[in-house]
Amino acid sequence: MNLKHLREIAHAGIWKSNTGLVQLLGLCPILAVSTNLINGISLGLATAVVMAISGAVVAALRTLIPYEIRIPVFILIIAALVTVLDLAFNAYLHSLYLVLGIFVPLIVTNCIVLARVEAFAAKNGPLSSAVDGFAMGAGLVWLLALLGGMRELIGTGHLFNGIDMIIPSAQPLRVLPEAYPGFLVAILPPGAFISLACLIAGKSWLDARAAKRAAQARPAAEQPASA
Amino acid sequence: MSLNSPYLRKPTSVTRVMAEVLLALVPAIAVYAWFFGVGILVQITLATAAAIAFEAGFLKLRGRPIGRSLADLSAVVTAWLIALAFPSIGPWWLVVAATAFAIVVAKHLYGGLGQNPFNPAMVAYAVMIVAFPALMSQWPGAGHLDSAAQLELIFGGARSVDAITAATPLDAMRTGLRAEGSSVQALLQGEGFGNFAGHGWEWIAVAFLIGGLYLLARRIITWHIPAAYLGTLAILATIASFTAPQSYPGAVFSLFSGAAMLGAFFILTDPVSGATTPRGKLIYAAGAALITWIIRHFGAFPDGVAFATLLMNLCVPLIDMKTQPPVFGHKTRN
Repeated sequence: MNLKHLREIAHAGIWKSNTGLVQLLGLCPILAVSTNLINGISLGLATAVVMAISGAVVAALRTLIPYEIRIPVFILIIAALVTVLDLAFNAYLHSLYLVLGIFVPLIVTNCIVLARVEAFAAKNGPLSSAVDGFAMGAGLVWLLALLGGMRELIGTGHLFNGIDMIIPSAQPLRVLPEAYPGFLVAILPPGAFISLACLIAGKSWLDARAAKRAAQARPAAEQPASA
Repeated sequence: MSLNSPYLRKPTSVTRVMAEVLLALVPAIAVYAWFFGVGILVQITLATAAAIAFEAGFLKLRGRPIGRSLADLSAVVTAWLIALAFPSIGPWWLVVAATAFAIVVAKHLYGGLGQNPFNPAMVAYAVMIVAFPALMSQWPGAGHLDSAAQLELIFGGARSVDAITAATPLDAMRTGLRAEGSSVQALLQGEGFGNFAGHGWEWIAVAFLIGGLYLLARRIITWHIPAAYLGTLAILATIASFTAPQSYPGAVFSLFSGAAMLGAFFILTDPVSGATTPRGKLIYAAGAALITWIIRHFGAFPDGVAFATLLMNLCVPLIDMKTQPPVFGHKTRN
């Protein structure tokens, strides 16, 4: 298991096969929780932790799990991890727990988690599975942070609403001037769809541009060799 | 671009159709300005400038010819409809942002003129009423505000307008009816109401009707959509006001209030987002009237025309598919 291989896994999780932008998996929590930056990052981190640990555990146990009943076993493992996380949230970040509500226990049913366990951890070793789970989760974190930040900024003019739930003394940051009226649609469900669509379009555009540049660079690099 | 079959004697271009629509809107705009002041003229100017700017900018981004598409005037029609649907004393950025949303998202992201499944002006209205419900319900009363005050409201920063704005007749009727012991008849005698609907508003609606009849006479639109829309709305209002005359206004008030006339002749008849078969047009417009009536009487929004239009736009592909008339010479099913 070399470092290059792990880096490729990380790159796939964070950018190339990003769960929200490319695989379009687990859209329900992505759309529902990304109303602000704090909620987005919190749920993203929780999901990333569950994905990393469940990936490692399933990969370690993969030879012991009978193929025919693997899905229930996977779900049991994921559910146990989520329950631990849920209780921890409730104990240490209670006000945030109240905001995220049902979406923390619902990480169990998040198709990203099961999809990575089934598609990756069941076929690879514990280390690369943990890296894959965490990279996929990290891809989700930055997407949720960007989406939540965008919606919060356009919708209210603030950033870090609700940061006092994590750091009690901190205040939300007012980014846009006081007179900004707040484009409420961004926070409402249609805003989630429109913002996510813009991000998907943005990623496709960046990828298309990178591909074009690579295509332009290649003939230039090949010419001296052929000459 | 030609809109009708070859060898017809009268060549019809998109530009000519749109120019006729704009011409048909002029009487209503004149009446609006007469009763309510210069606000509407300022809003139309703002919306038109924004529409042309965003249309040109987005055409350039898409690599399309700018001159020809701008000359078809469709962006200007969208802008005028937005300005007419929005409160004329809204802040300047409200109508500019709405026009931008209509042109960029509702029109060009769906593929440009001819490809948009939803009426762009109504998309803009729906977005803005969800985003800024307070600003979207501040309407001027007839003759309440002089020009300077209107310009101050449009271009000035701070707004303390609760004292000077009036509810639209539909809103006044709805909130009035919620009060204990009120009746339609008593409300119609009160302030803000005129001869048969809202004071001032009724004559704007009449002007829309005249403009619409002009479009009918020029064969820009067919009779199906206005007749089915206004007919259904009138029937629903008549039935309701017969069963409970205290709590439902009659047909005349319903037809000449809110955006019913504007919707019937100028919005639902959009050839892109509306139904195209004759039978389909009847179903489409009747459905829109039903939704309008339900939203007006049981919903929370000031008027239902925008949401009715969008919901029926969504049904247009199905309606058109199911009402396809048989090709000439083919047998019908029966």
